[in-house]
Amino acid sequence: MNPHLRNVLELGRKEFVALARDRVLVVLIIYAFTVLIYVTATATGIELRNASIAFVDEDASTLSARLIDAPQPPYFQHPARISNAEIDAAQDAGRYTFVVDIPPDFQADVLAGRQPTLQVNVDATAMSQAGIGANYLQQIFSAEIAEFAGRRRAVPIEPVTQVVRVAFNPNLRMPWFLGPMMIINSITLLSIVLTGAAMIREREQGTLEHLLVLPLTPIEIMLAKVWATATVIVVASALAVTLMIHGVLGVPSRGSLALFLSAAFIYSCSVAAIGIFLATIARSMPQLGLLAIPVVFPMGMLSGGSTPLDSMPLAVQWVMQFSPSTHFTAVMQAILYRGAGFAVIWPQFALMLAIGTLFFAIAAHRLRATLARAAD
Amino acid sequence: MAVMADDALSPASVARLDGVSHRYGQVLALDGLTLELPAGCMVGLIGPDGVGKSTLLGLVAGVRRGQQGTVTVLGGDIADDRHRDDCSPRIAYMPQGLGRNLYPTLSVAENIDFFGRLFGQRGRELAARRQELLDATGLAPFPERPAGKLSGGMKQKLGLCCALIHDPDLLILDEPTTGVDPLSRRQFWELIERIRARRPGLSVLVATAYMEEAERFDTLVLLDAGRVLATGAPAALRAHTRSATLEESFIALLPAERRAGHHAVVIPPRPADHHAVAIEARGLTRRFGDFTAVDHVSFRIERGEIFGFLGSNGCGKTTTMKMLTGLLPASEGEAELFGVPVDGKDLGVRLRIGYMSQSFSLYGELSVLRNLQLHARLLRLADAEVPARIEALLTRFGLGALRDATAESLPLGLRQRLSLAVAIIHRPEVLILDEPTSGVDPVARDQFWELLIELSREQGVTIFISTHFMNEAARCDRISLMHAGRVLAQDTPAALVAASGTATLEEAFIHHLEQARAGEAMPEHEAGEVPVHAGAIAASAHFSLRRLLTFAWREHLELRRDPIRLAFALLGTLVLMTVMGFGISLDVEHLKYAVLDQDRTPESRAYLDAFHGVRQFAERPPAASHAELEQRLLNAELSFAIEIPPRFGADLRAGRRPEVSFRLDGAIPFRAETSRGYLLGAHTQFLNELARENAPAAPALAGIDTRFRYNQDFRSVNAIVPGVLALLLLVIPATLTALGVVREKELGSITNLYASPATRLEFLLGKQLPYIGVGLINFALMAFMTVTLFDVPLKGSLTALAAGAALYVWAATSFGLLISTLTSTQIAALFGSFILTMLPSINFSGLIAPISSMSGGAAVMGYSFPASYFLAIAVGAFTKALGPAALVPKYAQLLLFCLVYLSLARALLRTRER
Repeated sequence: MNPHLRNVLELGRKEFVALARDRVLVVLIIYAFTVLIYVTATATGIELRNASIAFVDEDASTLSARLIDAPQPPYFQHPARISNAEIDAAQDAGRYTFVVDIPPDFQADVLAGRQPTLQVNVDATAMSQAGIGANYLQQIFSAEIAEFAGRRRAVPIEPVTQVVRVAFNPNLRMPWFLGPMMIINSITLLSIVLTGAAMIREREQGTLEHLLVLPLTPIEIMLAKVWATATVIVVASALAVTLMIHGVLGVPSRGSLALFLSAAFIYSCSVAAIGIFLATIARSMPQLGLLAIPVVFPMGMLSGGSTPLDSMPLAVQWVMQFSPSTHFTAVMQAILYRGAGFAVIWPQFALMLAIGTLFFAIAAHRLRATLARAAD
Repeated sequence: MAVMADDALSPASVARLDGVSHRYGQVLALDGLTLELPAGCMVGLIGPDGVGKSTLLGLVAGVRRGQQGTVTVLGGDIADDRHRDDCSPRIAYMPQGLGRNLYPTLSVAENIDFFGRLFGQRGRELAARRQELLDATGLAPFPERPAGKLSGGMKQKLGLCCALIHDPDLLILDEPTTGVDPLSRRQFWELIERIRARRPGLSVLVATAYMEEAERFDTLVLLDAGRVLATGAPAALRAHTRSATLEESFIALLPAERRAGHHAVVIPPRPADHHAVAIEARGLTRRFGDFTAVDHVSFRIERGEIFGFLGSNGCGKTTTMKMLTGLLPASEGEAELFGVPVDGKDLGVRLRIGYMSQSFSLYGELSVLRNLQLHARLLRLADAEVPARIEALLTRFGLGALRDATAESLPLGLRQRLSLAVAIIHRPEVLILDEPTSGVDPVARDQFWELLIELSREQGVTIFISTHFMNEAARCDRISLMHAGRVLAQDTPAALVAASGTATLEEAFIHHLEQARAGEAMPEHEAGEVPVHAGAIAASAHFSLRRLLTFAWREHLELRRDPIRLAFALLGTLVLMTVMGFGISLDVEHLKYAVLDQDRTPESRAYLDAFHGVRQFAERPPAASHAELEQRLLNAELSFAIEIPPRFGADLRAGRRPEVSFRLDGAIPFRAETSRGYLLGAHTQFLNELARENAPAAPALAGIDTRFRYNQDFRSVNAIVPGVLALLLLVIPATLTALGVVREKELGSITNLYASPATRLEFLLGKQLPYIGVGLINFALMAFMTVTLFDVPLKGSLTALAAGAALYVWAATSFGLLISTLTSTQIAALFGSFILTMLPSINFSGLIAPISSMSGGAAVMGYSFPASYFLAIAVGAFTKALGPAALVPKYAQLLLFCLVYLSLARALLRTRER
């Protein structure tokens, strides 16, 4: 075997022994790739699901009862009844996003054509639900009132029909989306920490210096860390995708698992390169921790996985092109939802590789210089 | 366990062990040991490596939890926590390793002050005592120097100052002079002598590997395999074994199998034919900034020669060695190995060198066998050869029985042997060994030298070695005396002794050093009077605010000495706040779409115009076929596609209700859902325009008045920015704190907690305080940015917000402490704090989805984590115009988190080593 390749393999193998010994870390990794994915995926996302609503019924009529029954799951929770005096306190405390006030004599006024007003109080700090929910309530309340008054809908038979078919996730199930996004976040965190912190640890314990006296190049030492980390990631991701995503969450498997795992491998390598790069800047573990935060946060939140990339300011969109997470998010969505093949996603593969290589090269260049400085 | 009455212990003994056994996994460190340690004397523990010396000292000091048997110290059972806390001010413990319990970034004076304050001293009294100790140890000229930059000898003197600051009755020193140069070593013991002369009641318990030091002690205890082999005064031991030196009687007293194969080291003369130069240095110089570590050092070492490097700590030996290995580039001058200039990038040369650095640098988490296997492969031994080679080394270094033990579990001496085995595994031609025998017992040292001699004389291996043992220096072919980066003298040992006119090499060496130091401006050794005080200071074992503040003061100093960390803690938040505040947006815009118009009539164009006009839509070139649309959706080029059927216009006119089909990308459900709303809107608009021609709209039955409260203009930033604030204010303080305790565990200074009377809560809260401070500064900066940069008005009360932030930061740092006590490595702590704070606070705090709409596991996560409560406070104070009174329930919940996290952390924190 090529001696360089052998060095990289040997050094990488050592990482697994060290990892297996750190029980708490192993438990945390398993947690991140199973429980956390499940809980996050089944939590609500940015959509109108399970929204909290309360009614103040000052009318107590047939119509008001129909209005209270109108908001249905899964969009709304079972409505609560509160009194007029409780509205402010309840919304101040964030208990209800929507509070509907049905005024006295509402039914009578409707039937008499006096055009009474129904009041919908929306907590507009709940940005993700306020707008959609208010529109939705407006529609169903109008329909209920119209139906009650015995009138047909204002709009006659539509001369044109609109048929909307949703591709890739027909019922727009949130867990299908959130589960895989969570895998990406876990991969990002683990790749940065496992390589960056392992590098700092080697320096703090003096083993890095020892390695540099052996017939090893900095590149070999770094590659060993990268492949070991990426292997852990691939195993954990395979577990997460088969067990959690396809198994528990029931997302149909459209694309190729092998293709997804190879994308995860490359992504993890490129993030690991960033981790090593950070380790060449930080002088101690606390410094690394602080350095990593401003890197992993935007990588996770601005990759297009949490909120759409298109809505971000242009400068942010531009900067995020240098983050491998943006490309991996695109790849993941393409493979898992659209069943895309390599022909479609190769540009993202290439970009992830290029970004990883760039950081890797800078880190390799800095490694020796860092050591010389450490002796200072 | 009842506290033993004073009379149970004979007044002459300071400590007694009864049937004490202690094991680490498979290894039995102490085996039913019974021993009485007399008071008021200096008792030395000697014995081979790994026989339980450190374990015994740890048990007596009360920093290690006993397993079996009783250890009575200062009149009570030390296993009893109460007694331990009561008598800990009377005990001082200095653990093994150079400056292991010191704080490297703190100055000399600050280190002493920390220990003093921990034991209840302060103000003028503390200053006076500190000055006395500094004078006595000769450290007085450098009170401001960081402990990490002191030489080994000075570190140990500082350690002694820290141990003596609280006037102990029992001083426990675990190999205090290992790795310390002879002059400093001599000064160290002189200092101890003076202290004892002034305080006759002081009992000193020392473990040492230097037999010439043991000569000074009153009583010696020779341990082997966890049992006492012999006790007695040095002279008695020598007389008993009829030996001239203690080293010889030590060897004679060992059981036969221990000294199997041991005989006096004989050095055959070097063969005459080896005169090729192996290592050469010419004017080698290395500077670090203004400081010149190595100053024009030159030497020439022949093949097969054993060349010794002697010098005080910090004289440049290690730096010279690093330059020879290529680890450090030289500032000036050149070094050659085998006639070729040293080049850090030449891998071939490294295969011919074996290097052993001063500090242990193998993988502690790997077993002995795995460390050897790893290096055998990295050093390119043939696979077939590896097992036999490893077996031979294991046998030779007496590590056979320990092959599966992890390297970090080995005692110092055995670790050194492993390092050496690794250094020679590939049969290098040159060995560069930096203090390879520090802490190794005499028998093993002799065996080690036999090996070196064999390598040198029979295989022509060139050996470049530094040592603090004079008998080892005497075995070298030539030695070089170094001081302050320069070579003082260089010759054969005999010639050096002759030239300086002294009797021994040690005296010759000290003579040279003193001469060199005499010419320097700052005399290190100008010892003053040793302070004497009435007795131990009473330090309460109960909760003490002063001790808490001492921990806080120390932590804050470390934080302040690390400007990078501080800068990142503060600036990092600002950058993040900006990027995420502007970056995260819940708006759905720039929806790309394409059209397949199979009709191309004025009607179809009118229909499409309704979509063209929507602000959120961005039209792309039309498609030519259905397949093309599908492909473009697959490539994520489009968010949706519109397909108008053939004869759309004709059907519409004829009332045949044509069907327009839309295809929408559902990969991001939120985006798809919103897009669907926009599509419906545009469609409805087209229908309305169509209908307007036919009939006017009917009047509404009832008005629906939708009031958007708190955030009337519906600005995303009003909700997102307080959310980001909540997120960052949790993650950053928690991460900072999470490394706090585990770092001390990894680096060793946690011993100070074990050895002090401080309670766990004092330690935890003290550690926490500075980070709460950083968190509050962070909060102030972020709140300021929220109002100015993001233009989010603070409608409610600042007090309400600040009170919430203070509680929140307290909860966040408490959570960090909990992670820190739970984990055993910094890596796990870092990953843990990220995974356990970042993701829940993004997903379950209400930042994205309101917490009132969560159910199941998400609701549990949301409600059992402080982020959601602070988010409610932040949103309440910023946009809902709430005052403190309305937020009291949230405050109470945050406070509850603090208490729960802290009590858990306290329960998980150990007060003694296992």
